[in-house]
Amino acid sequence: MNDSIAFFSGFGPKDLWILAQAAWQTLLISALSISGGTVVGIFFGWILSESKVVGAITIGFILDAFRSIPLIIQLVLFYNLFNVIGLAVSPFMAGVIILGVYTSALVASVARGGIESVGTPMRRAGRSLGLSYFQTMRHVVWPIGLRAVFPSWVGVALGVLKDSALVSVLGHPELLKVARDLITRTQQPLLVLAVAGAFYFALSFPISRYAAHLERKWQS
Amino acid sequence: MNFDYTFHWRPVIRKLPELLEASLVTLQISVLSMIIGIGIGLVLALLRMGGPKYLSWIATAWVETARNTPALFQLFFFSFGLGAFGLHLTPYFIVLAGLSFNNAGYLAENFRGGFQAVPDTQMRAARSLGMSATQAYTRIIIPQVFRIVYHPMTNQLVWAVLMSSLAMIVGFRELAGETQAQAFKTFRIFEYFAVTALIYYVMVKMILGISRLLSWRLFRY
Repeated sequence: MNDSIAFFSGFGPKDLWILAQAAWQTLLISALSISGGTVVGIFFGWILSESKVVGAITIGFILDAFRSIPLIIQLVLFYNLFNVIGLAVSPFMAGVIILGVYTSALVASVARGGIESVGTPMRRAGRSLGLSYFQTMRHVVWPIGLRAVFPSWVGVALGVLKDSALVSVLGHPELLKVARDLITRTQQPLLVLAVAGAFYFALSFPISRYAAHLERKWQS
Repeated sequence: MNFDYTFHWRPVIRKLPELLEASLVTLQISVLSMIIGIGIGLVLALLRMGGPKYLSWIATAWVETARNTPALFQLFFFSFGLGAFGLHLTPYFIVLAGLSFNNAGYLAENFRGGFQAVPDTQMRAARSLGMSATQAYTRIIIPQVFRIVYHPMTNQLVWAVLMSSLAMIVGFRELAGETQAQAFKTFRIFEYFAVTALIYYVMVKMILGISRLLSWRLFRY
């Protein structure tokens, strides 16, 4: 029996390796979009917290729209927009960009909450000690605000890790897309889904553990 | 970069009634999954707080799976996974089951937090005023818990509406699925999805607005 002719074949060790590579793709997409989205999101959050009016009329509305439209619609919409304006973008890049913008919309509201959790008296005290505006931001607002909203940021990061599964609609072989293809080939849905689920667990569990460890460290 | 694409909105406008009808399906399946999710979520929360050991273990497993795997993964479980047992659900029930499973997991944690936020002394005070346990629950504890979980529940409903768009992938024709079907018939993918994005935005804003109005009426005191 020639192996390459067999249409359906069972789940073998080679498939485990295929899934591991797909998990690596998921991790890559998530890591890139979370780190990019966080930097941009903190900047947006700073604008929102500094000026309610300017923030609301410029980016507030757009960020709100990103949070109110399903990610899957955003992915298809912007991927096609890239094509429409003649920008050749691979599904991977498109996924990272769109997921990154989505992350920045979520991080913006978290960052804004963090900045606002540091009271005005605290910031005035910093300024009256002779710190400049940006020094106050760096040495007063950042350390205190970060501790206040770090758990919410971890929540956002874990959410984006899970949402990266939707990049499969653009055809990029991330974990869930590959799992689906393997199910079609092996006809062993429960086994493949269990392995894929284990990979998601393996990706998100260390993050939440490390976050809990950091929070404990900061508290003492 | 060369821009040689002309937008054609007319086919989308012509199909607008179909899209709006599909958005009603989205609302219906989201609300239904919320109702089921609230029921199961309450049971899960109570089991986690103090049930028989093996039942509370099952509840924990449910909650952790719902919260720590992608919603799409859960939908796949209900489509391919149950297929392995020879149980082939219709796309409608796949989506409804997947959404309800997810909602129940998230709501259970909200309810647990709500119950734990009401101090024990409230219960004891009610009992010492001569109320029965049922009276104390329905008149003292539940109203306070409801007030705490009201906003998380609204958020969960919004999430359910957004999540229901995953039905597109398992081939159920609610708003996203209908849009995809129409878009690939005419190849006006961008135009169709732009209109759908707008419909989703309006739906979410409507839900939030109604919830705010209701909360004024409900929490006057």
